[in-house]
Amino acid sequence: MNTPANLKYSKTDEWFDPATGAMGLTDYAQSQLSDIVFVEIQVESGESVAPGKAIASVESVKASAETYSPVVGQVSEVNKALSEKPETLNSDPYGAGWMVKVAGATPGSDLMDSAAYEKYCAERSH
Amino acid sequence: MTETTVAVSPKIVEPTIFDLSSTGRTGVTFPEPDVPLAKLPTSLLRKDLPLPELAEVDVIRHYTRLSTFNYGVDSGFYPLGSCTMKYNPKINEDTCRLPGFLFTHPLQPVETVQGNLALMYQLQEWLQEISGFPAITLQPAAGAHGEFTGVLIMRAYHRARGDAKRIKMLIPDSAHGTNPASAGMTGLQIVQIPSDARGNVDLEALKAACDDTVLGMMLTNPNTLGLFDEHILDVTKIVHDCGGLMYGDGANLNALLGIVRPAELGFDIMHFNLHKTFAVPHGGGGPGSGPVGVAAHLADFLPAPLVDIVEEGSDDTPPLFGFVTPKQSIGRMKAFHGHFGGGMVRAFTYIAMHGPDGLKDISQYAVLNANYLMARLRKAYHVPFDRTCMHEFVAEGRFEGSDVRALDVAKRLMDYGFHPPTNYFPLIVHEALMIEPTETENKDTLDAFVDALLKIAEEAKSQPSLLHDAPLTTKFGRMDEVKAARELVLCCWLPENGIADI
Amino acid sequence: MTYIPISARERDAMLATIGAKSLDDLFRDVPAAHRFPKLDLPPALTEMEAAAELQDIALSNEHTRGDLISFLGAGSYNHYVPAAVDHVLRRGEFYTAYTPYQPEISQGTLQAIFEYQSLMAALTGMEVSNASHYDGATAAAEAVNMAFAQYRGKRRKVVISPSVHPQYRAVVRTYIQGMGVEIVGDDPQGDLDAGPDALESLIDDQTMLVLVQYPDFFGRVFDYTKVIAAAHSKGALACVITNPTALGLLKTPGEMDADIVVGDGQPLGIPMWFGGPTLGYFTTRKSYVHKMAGRLVGETIDNRGQRAYVLTLTAREQHIKRERATSNICTNQGLLALASAVYLSLLGQKGLRQVAELCYHKAHYAAQKLAAIPGMKLCFGDPFFHEFTLCLGRPAAEVNAHLLEHGILGGYELGQDYPGLKEHLLIAVTEMNTKEEIDTLVDALSEASHD
Repeated sequence: MNTPANLKYSKTDEWFDPATGAMGLTDYAQSQLSDIVFVEIQVESGESVAPGKAIASVESVKASAETYSPVVGQVSEVNKALSEKPETLNSDPYGAGWMVKVAGATPGSDLMDSAAYEKYCAERSH
Repeated sequence: MTETTVAVSPKIVEPTIFDLSSTGRTGVTFPEPDVPLAKLPTSLLRKDLPLPELAEVDVIRHYTRLSTFNYGVDSGFYPLGSCTMKYNPKINEDTCRLPGFLFTHPLQPVETVQGNLALMYQLQEWLQEISGFPAITLQPAAGAHGEFTGVLIMRAYHRARGDAKRIKMLIPDSAHGTNPASAGMTGLQIVQIPSDARGNVDLEALKAACDDTVLGMMLTNPNTLGLFDEHILDVTKIVHDCGGLMYGDGANLNALLGIVRPAELGFDIMHFNLHKTFAVPHGGGGPGSGPVGVAAHLADFLPAPLVDIVEEGSDDTPPLFGFVTPKQSIGRMKAFHGHFGGGMVRAFTYIAMHGPDGLKDISQYAVLNANYLMARLRKAYHVPFDRTCMHEFVAEGRFEGSDVRALDVAKRLMDYGFHPPTNYFPLIVHEALMIEPTETENKDTLDAFVDALLKIAEEAKSQPSLLHDAPLTTKFGRMDEVKAARELVLCCWLPENGIADI
Repeated sequence: MTYIPISARERDAMLATIGAKSLDDLFRDVPAAHRFPKLDLPPALTEMEAAAELQDIALSNEHTRGDLISFLGAGSYNHYVPAAVDHVLRRGEFYTAYTPYQPEISQGTLQAIFEYQSLMAALTGMEVSNASHYDGATAAAEAVNMAFAQYRGKRRKVVISPSVHPQYRAVVRTYIQGMGVEIVGDDPQGDLDAGPDALESLIDDQTMLVLVQYPDFFGRVFDYTKVIAAAHSKGALACVITNPTALGLLKTPGEMDADIVVGDGQPLGIPMWFGGPTLGYFTTRKSYVHKMAGRLVGETIDNRGQRAYVLTLTAREQHIKRERATSNICTNQGLLALASAVYLSLLGQKGLRQVAELCYHKAHYAAQKLAAIPGMKLCFGDPFFHEFTLCLGRPAAEVNAHLLEHGILGGYELGQDYPGLKEHLLIAVTEMNTKEEIDTLVDALSEASHD
């Protein structure tokens, strides 16, 4: 499982990059969902997001999930290419699989660092 | 999913009807017009009609071949949990096709369809007697449609009392997905209630969730673990005490005929599945039929119209049946009157042929068969909630020291000639295998099924690859579901392609 | 115990294996006070007795293949169903199977549904079809659900033509009760002559869907291209409810740029059966497929390299998405989708065109003859297909009662739904109506006009 150290992680399996404002689905989440066949980004540029607000809906062959914003902020960019190639979420969740970027957001204290998130995932695998 | 590395064109086992088309053929001809021809509206005519052209023999052979790729209850044992795949008596196929039923129009004057209306009225009465609910609508088309009807009725009831703050539906974690989806369609919030260690509703969690924002609770009893809730009267009381209504999902009614009337347990409303309990064949996925029964305080909200006696009869004349609209009806759930021919006539025939004792036998033997299978299987398959079950039970398809999963067990069963049980449901059991034998199977069949499952449990340890690769003896193997979802070929005709060979 | 094949001896052996003393012993979880109620039902009939009883019930109806000449349509039509259709449906492998969850042993159902989807897409001129809904009315309601999901609740207005089938409009209203959706445009007392142009002014940037019917409830055939373009210009979707027989002849909703086409499949090989079961077809553009409710079959290959079919995109359905799904629909009308696939395969392009033309010519012959009766006229001047609205000049209920005395099921009394049309009958003519029957209707109505 890949958990880059520069990112912050939510309990609902989203990552947030404080440096770029990007967010998306974690490697753990994509592997649990397996083959992703559909993604719909549900927010637009300029829209406000906050924890608990869905930013995307993801469907795999066998499962579905909502992706929530890990932070408070305003959407500055949406990854429009993602809906054309939803399998990017499987192959490159932290790179080309980013979903939206927000401006001026700081991660809250409820977000985990990579070590804590790895532990959190390991606990759930049992 | 098994890896497939086939780069060549797939092998065609059976061409589609479009593949089989050849210009100039037709399977049926109609008489020439016996009236003068009218002018066709040229600007409104379609450009082409890309339908295939086949002779009757081509069509019959094609669909006959396709039928042989299917497995139905007529083919063999079909223990698909929660679906009640019992034998469908052949007489029902004949009665529902009587010309008086087939060729009556839904909008005929009621005087000309008294047979249909009498049958519907009688079926309403019988379902009332079986369930204890004093009013029934036959209109809903399927179980999920009945659920949606029920949720709308519950909502309308509270609103009619001026209570619009009830916005939550309580649903156990073991529920069918249709329950939250039906409630979600009316904008309600779903509150999930956990199950306790014995597979009952967790009473403490239920109490904690109950307040004056609760519209009601949707409960399947016996639940999807096949267990009758040991505190059912407490559950219905707790929900009633907070002002909520109890919805019963009648998916598992096959365990309760002549055993208990759901209304007497405190349910306010329940849907029936005529296609499960009353032997209406499932038709490869429909049509179903999902009548809804309600307690007296909900009767005014039933969908319109209902069948009732509109003129009392006398010694010499039968009563006149007609349609009536309840005072505060939620409206109409579908066009016309429900699945009359496919659902109601078959269910009516079935109930008429069973009578009170026969119905009780159905449930008793359905429960006997399930408990027998459980008793014989529990050593080889872990049964997570191990107590007397009702008409079905849930075992786990996983084994110490083996990577075999429920899916593999299910697929391997096909090699032994059986339809697999439901797998991966309910969600609260890992690697669930949900087994519902029904009452129409004999002991030899049940024993053969047990033998196959015991053999598979051995194979899971000795030859796991056999299970991963299963089925091997069927006409088709495991499917590439990722390809299907990613490439999305949903039709063999596309507007831009036109049709091959025409 | 006709269908319970377990002997007393076997039962006792099974109870012993379980460790129970009796069958009753298995029900101790059921509260004792309510256990084993005595059901007050008639005693069981044998098969022979049941067959006779059902025969009696069926005989007490007057049906449309011998007892009555029918000109009743309004959503259910008396068409000829070739014998081969029911022979396919009667194959136990088809009708006693369940939803094809196990594709390895369900390829018959899966390929048949795939063919049904292909046929419906071809017939309606659309890209994709689902595996069917309950009926035309619920399919129309699912079009509203799909539009709601497409806009994620950001648009909440539906424009509905008043000439959409009244029961379909009623079902849509039932479905949206908890959704906070507003319906405009379908006032039955409004101007029914206006046609689709009148809808355009109602479409705005809050509109999620425009719903029209083709041919409409009064039988009229409008080209909806313009109103659909108006919907698109405001960003709304357009759904056309269609009679599938008419599509044997008429321009498709796809050619009019519709986003969704729905309708009732009953005319395609399904008996009237007192209104059900039928099927509701639902076709749309491929780009909306993730928001479309209902089962969907897609092509794939199996691990032996064989072309095969599976239920696909299942993660968007209720058993996975639960309350987040577009709809709660779980089944389709599988066996009836098979009926329609067989019907369309048998008729093919030639047969369906022939049926459509027969309906068209016979309806126009009837309309011309009836409009010539003094005091009667056609209500609307627009083109029509196989149904038309006749102004009688006297209460329609009286006229229908007179016709019934002559063994004729007259048309649908439009005053039931449209208060301004108490003297109007909606008359349907299909390939089943001979010239002689039509002439009988004309004679009976001429007689009525002299009373």
